[in-house]
Amino acid sequence: MASALLFIVLLPAIGALINGSRAFANPLTPKNRTVTNAVALLSTGLSAVLAAWTVFTYATLGTHEAFTHTYYTWVPAGMGHVGNAIANFGVDFAFRIDTLSCTMLLIVTWIGFLIHIYATGYMSHEKGYTRFFTYLNLFMFMMLLLVLGANYGVMFVGWEGVGLCSYLLIGFYYDKNFAADAGKKAFITNRIGDFGFVLGLFLIFNTFGSADYGKVFALVSANPHAYTGIATAICLLLFVGACGKSAQIPLYVWLPDAMAGPTPVSALIHAATMVTAGVYMVVRSNPLFRLSPTAMGIVALVGALTAIFAATIGIAQNDIKKVLAYSTVSQLGYMFLAAGVGAFTAAIFHVMTHAFFKACLFLGAGSVIHGCGGEQDMRKMGGLKKYMPATRMTMLIACVAIAGIPPLAGFFSKDEILAGAFMRSWWLWGLGFVTAGTTAFYMFRLYYMTFEGEYRGAHVEGIETSEPAHGGHNLIPDQRHLDQGDEHSDKAHGHHAHSHDPHESPMSMTGVLWALAILAIFGGMFFGWPVIWGGPSPTLFQRWLEPVLPALGGEHFEFPEPSHGQEWFLVLSSIAVAVFGILQARRFYFTDTKFAKANALAKKYSFLHGVLENKYYVDELYNKTVIHGTVVLSEVLAFLDKWVVDGAVNLVRHITVWPLGEGSSLFDKYVVDGLVNGVAWTAKQGSMALRRAQSGFVQNYALVMGSGIVLLAVVYLFFKP
Amino acid sequence: MGILNIVTYIPAVGAVLLLFFKKDNPAAIRMTATAIAVIDFLVSLKLWFGFDSTKLWQFRETYDWIPSLHVKYDFGIDGIALLLIMLTTFMGIIAVVSSYSAIGHREKEYYILLLLLQTGMIGTFCALDFFLFYLFWEIMLVPMYFIIGIWGGPRKLYAAIKFFLYTLAGSVLMLLSILGLYFFNTDGIPFLNIHGLGNPATFSVLKFHEIGHLIPPTLQFWLFLGFFFGFAIKVPMFPFHTWLPDAHVEAPTAGSIILAAVLLKMGTYGFVRFALPILPDGTKECLPWVIGLAIIGIIYGALVSLVQKDMKKLVAYSSVSHLGFVMLGMFALNPMGLKGSVLQMINHGISTGALFLLVGFIYERRHTRMIAEYGGLAKQMPMYAALFLIAALSSMGLPALNGFIGEFTILVGAANVSIWWAVFASIGIVLGAAYLLWLYQRVFWGPLDNPENHHVTDVNGREMALMLALIACMVWIGVYPKPFFEPLEEPVNYIVRKVDPTYFDRHPVVYPAAQQPEHVAEAK
Repeated sequence: MASALLFIVLLPAIGALINGSRAFANPLTPKNRTVTNAVALLSTGLSAVLAAWTVFTYATLGTHEAFTHTYYTWVPAGMGHVGNAIANFGVDFAFRIDTLSCTMLLIVTWIGFLIHIYATGYMSHEKGYTRFFTYLNLFMFMMLLLVLGANYGVMFVGWEGVGLCSYLLIGFYYDKNFAADAGKKAFITNRIGDFGFVLGLFLIFNTFGSADYGKVFALVSANPHAYTGIATAICLLLFVGACGKSAQIPLYVWLPDAMAGPTPVSALIHAATMVTAGVYMVVRSNPLFRLSPTAMGIVALVGALTAIFAATIGIAQNDIKKVLAYSTVSQLGYMFLAAGVGAFTAAIFHVMTHAFFKACLFLGAGSVIHGCGGEQDMRKMGGLKKYMPATRMTMLIACVAIAGIPPLAGFFSKDEILAGAFMRSWWLWGLGFVTAGTTAFYMFRLYYMTFEGEYRGAHVEGIETSEPAHGGHNLIPDQRHLDQGDEHSDKAHGHHAHSHDPHESPMSMTGVLWALAILAIFGGMFFGWPVIWGGPSPTLFQRWLEPVLPALGGEHFEFPEPSHGQEWFLVLSSIAVAVFGILQARRFYFTDTKFAKANALAKKYSFLHGVLENKYYVDELYNKTVIHGTVVLSEVLAFLDKWVVDGAVNLVRHITVWPLGEGSSLFDKYVVDGLVNGVAWTAKQGSMALRRAQSGFVQNYALVMGSGIVLLAVVYLFFKP
Repeated sequence: MGILNIVTYIPAVGAVLLLFFKKDNPAAIRMTATAIAVIDFLVSLKLWFGFDSTKLWQFRETYDWIPSLHVKYDFGIDGIALLLIMLTTFMGIIAVVSSYSAIGHREKEYYILLLLLQTGMIGTFCALDFFLFYLFWEIMLVPMYFIIGIWGGPRKLYAAIKFFLYTLAGSVLMLLSILGLYFFNTDGIPFLNIHGLGNPATFSVLKFHEIGHLIPPTLQFWLFLGFFFGFAIKVPMFPFHTWLPDAHVEAPTAGSIILAAVLLKMGTYGFVRFALPILPDGTKECLPWVIGLAIIGIIYGALVSLVQKDMKKLVAYSSVSHLGFVMLGMFALNPMGLKGSVLQMINHGISTGALFLLVGFIYERRHTRMIAEYGGLAKQMPMYAALFLIAALSSMGLPALNGFIGEFTILVGAANVSIWWAVFASIGIVLGAAYLLWLYQRVFWGPLDNPENHHVTDVNGREMALMLALIACMVWIGVYPKPFFEPLEEPVNYIVRKVDPTYFDRHPVVYPAAQQPEHVAEAK
């Protein structure tokens, strides 16, 4: 099993390496495309098959003990202090298989594989085709590291790695400024979250001397009371990381912008897998979180608030992908609500069902966008069920599933979450309940605006240009209307007839949609059939995940179990609110084909509508405070660096080098050199005087000579010895 | 003559050899210089493979040198010096090969100086005698001074003189401390009323390691201060860093690579080799200040990087931030911090070396380093963009690349002392992503709108090969850093014992077997 695990993880990495090395070859030639497809699909496909085999083997083992395999010591950091003891701080490259990682493994590999297939159709006209699959394979590798890692260190490798891939894929259309901005924003926001994650990790090291799940949880469950205080700090820090990765308040802002990436990316990374990593991490760390009611309360509260907050924004968006993005943020909030109230299995259950229906919705939206030549504004859609029946049918199924109508998948997981919240607090349940209704409303608003009514086409007056997106069709946003039908959009339509009517997508895309739709129908009822309808207690899914919820200090984990009466109330009320939401959507966006009532309402409450449409102005707030503040601070520091810190150095130069240097120079010039020059001057002056003697006149020389002879004669005569 | 001397003097011999070449044949000079650098690297591999990680000092060679001053010619390395020497010989090749197209005049002198610099640097890491160390330390300055001053940019003289004088000022204080140690070991310093130990006079570093803890705390403090100024300027720590951006901006590409990769490590190496093990009390006395400056450096360097308009200056300030990490880890004074610190010296050499190399590539093509001149380069130079991205990711500490291993280990060590150190230092990690990704976006992403960039060619084979060599190191250290950690084990524990003798005297944590949930236990 150890080598199977290694292959599951490494296959996508090998795929990424191969495709990465040929990323600069022209991917639009049939041969190159075939190679790219073969590498990308074979690597992820084989990985998925191996994963299925591994999970099957593990599930039939009899016991569900965690299976850990260490491949090698990755970071042998050294001996560190743990209280009064000492431990070898180090991170092993190790994988762990238990029921939780099995669940995530199946979701990641299979949804990932399906989306790879879909992308071969969707991305077929992209110049960066091979580059795209390189990134996508790399993402699979990192995501698998994240879910299979046996310690927080390996998890963090995957954690940052998926962030990198997300960055690269959001910025896939890098020559468009909005994509470049969104990519950077995603990475940096995630880094802020990771700041919390690593600090949590350091505290784990300090407290337990290891980051290995097995060791940490063994210490915790053996002696939980020793760790209650520090657990709060650890959990809150880890949760900061989760807020970044899983787009919770206050770090959710990157996810809606992340829709600048190609739609398969939105489906895989920003809906089904990567963004649920935070939920996985919290559930994985459940022994720690269970120690701290404070941390759990904050997780639940942030989750519930994010759920309702994002859902309200979802109502007022007109970009089909933006609606789904906020819906994702909202659903992730649900998952954290579940984890926070102790319904850990419900959180993972919702991760799974959400992966099915949200991937289906995103891919369906991609199919719609693909069919409409790059259009993302729902106001310019409508009536598409006539043109794209398969897309419409699968999306309808997914909408019903997310709205929470039994017996589709979303109902069961959402019901478990609401039950868990109900057992904890009326307030939390109330927030979840309202969110459920809102979700049903905005999802069916999306459905009705897109597929029902009349096709509103490309020539609707009075609507401003929608968000720039789907750069895949190489449209510069502002020119989109002008470009209808020119070379660019033709390229986008490539293999289709050159009509501007929407068209159904190819089999590679609709086939995947159907696969996901079927999962969205059956994926919930099989695992989570509730007790009141004759299901087992605990449910199959709870029983499956129970081994990852260890006893703490001898106390076993208790699933939140409402009484039958409460359960009936919860089930009926959540169905009722979903139906209510759907009916409202129908009233405003189906019966009223011109959306007159909705528009009137928006006009009447224009302030509220503006706030929702502009996402509560949170981006603006962050820009004005955090980002602007950092840049201004940096500018000030750079100024001080130049004029104060370096200024001091230059000042030292001026007060030492200059006075000393110039002083010595003056001294040198006038005293030292002065003496030397003095000698020279004397000599010079002397010779100047003597020079006169050299007049060149023979008679002068004769005179001097004569005088000399006379002088010598006189001396000789008078001083004769 | 032993292997250490051979590795040290091959470049110097090569430099002498180059003297006999004709000036007007730069191709031959380049090839010879490259051959010498490669030979030096290959010979140094013998150190790498011959090194025994369970022992401390190895490849020792001791000769009497200047008996009247009690100076010995003493060479020897431990794991720390080993890694730094390997880095030096490896980056030496990169520096020489990167100069082929970057240096267009006076090639002969240039390569001679580059090789002399190489000898100076390796000698500094090998020297176990303070006199010898000081000699190599000062020898290094001269070639670098000329490399910046002759082949540099518009303000080359200002930068070269600043680099030279600033470092020199620091080393004078270091010299005072060395002399202080020398006199304490022998007769004391009568006019300061300090009694000596009366030992036979020596400059041996290992001898000072032995007697260091006998030095009274006050004297340790002052001696530490002397070392501190000598080394902190070289590191450079905030606020002694301002020579660095100037030197980097003006230096030719290879000068920047060597400066960042190796010369800065002289300062950190000095701390870890001399200041910490010899002056444990002085170290602990000054520790809060050093940590404070290190953390300020991390955040300050990153913030100032954020708003630089010149790519090279941005990378230079990022060095201030990275070296802050190195200092933080070192002064955590535990094995994690120290190991991470030394590894981060290597990592910074590779990553920042790579970034300077890359900036050099684009500068050779466009003769500007202004970020505003670029934009959308990924379209025009896709391979260059990919290489730059990997180097940037390595520099910002992405896991599975080298930078992460160093930063992570440092922060684990720092957090083990105080979580607050880790809290503040981690801000640098967030900012690191910010300044590098912002740089990346402005240079490579967005529309290709400057017509000047429309005809820039992508990297050529030589440039690709250089970068691939560096990237291979990044991935190696990132994925399998064990061979780099192993030689550090002994020297790091040695230093920890010097500074904190009781560090390891604790009982190990006992991990209980995991408990199983009820129904699983039943199923068994």
